[in-house]
Amino acid sequence: MTHSTINIATTPEDHHIAKLAALAIGLSLIDAAIPSPLPGVKPGLANIVTLLVLLRYGFNAAAWVSLLRVIAGSLLLGTFLTPTFAMSLCGAAASLLTLRFASLLPQRWFGPVSLSIFAAFAHMTGQITLAWLWLIPHAGIAYFIPVLSAAALLFGMVNGLAAAKWLASETETSDVSAPLASSP
Amino acid sequence: MKTLMKNGDWAVLAAGAVLVAWLFGALWGGGAANKVIIRAGGKLFAEVSLNRNRIFTVPGPIGVSIVTIQDHRVRVARDPGPRQYCVKQGWLSRAGEAAICLPNQVTVTLAGAKRLYDSLNY
Repeated sequence: MTHSTINIATTPEDHHIAKLAALAIGLSLIDAAIPSPLPGVKPGLANIVTLLVLLRYGFNAAAWVSLLRVIAGSLLLGTFLTPTFAMSLCGAAASLLTLRFASLLPQRWFGPVSLSIFAAFAHMTGQITLAWLWLIPHAGIAYFIPVLSAAALLFGMVNGLAAAKWLASETETSDVSAPLASSP
Repeated sequence: MKTLMKNGDWAVLAAGAVLVAWLFGALWGGGAANKVIIRAGGKLFAEVSLNRNRIFTVPGPIGVSIVTIQDHRVRVARDPGPRQYCVKQGWLSRAGEAAICLPNQVTVTLAGAKRLYDSLNY
């Protein structure tokens, strides 16, 4: 019996991104398990990972982690290529685009919390726009906007604080890769 | 907390809070009613402010409907119609709300600062 294996040459960076994406996927599964009072109101815990990757490894790595998380997360949840997946992808794309520009803000004054709040609002705007253009083309969708934006502000702040806390604890300990490398 | 939040973060948070408050006001609060329009048989019976407590006796083809304005709200207190839909609707307080007593041909509509549509068709 012969073993036929296909070897794809991978760089350490690929492994790193895969590990971080796995962490983000785990968090998005937890996210999906949390009951939501209203469709669209979710903590978005996986965005903590996106933020960390953005601040530590740059935009390209963050985009990879975020998009891998959306695709692999939807495969695990059984929503791949459904409207839920499209909403998720649209939200992730809008928030990445915003992060691209928000990360140009001076870091002296604007930390992870600002980035997280911007990303959360962009995520919500992207999803609302897609929902309005495609799924619910009715002006009544505007009634959801205040509640969704309040949730975006709250969870954006909480996720940003979590990311800031994590970054602060990492810079204290000299071994910077330890918390991420020990992730499942 | 202090080290986790930089000055700009507080500013972004405050701006976000203002935006959310504004969105609530703009998208939810636009319906404050200030005027009651009562029609009988399609003709205007009364157009009055919601600020004064009053009771109207509106005659129709099968009897008399009683419309009450109280504490910036309005309701049909009594109606001769068999199904009492307009009475069961209870107090109305937002612009665009309406109670329609069809058998007696009496309608009570609330209007705000700007005119709202019942429905739109494309």
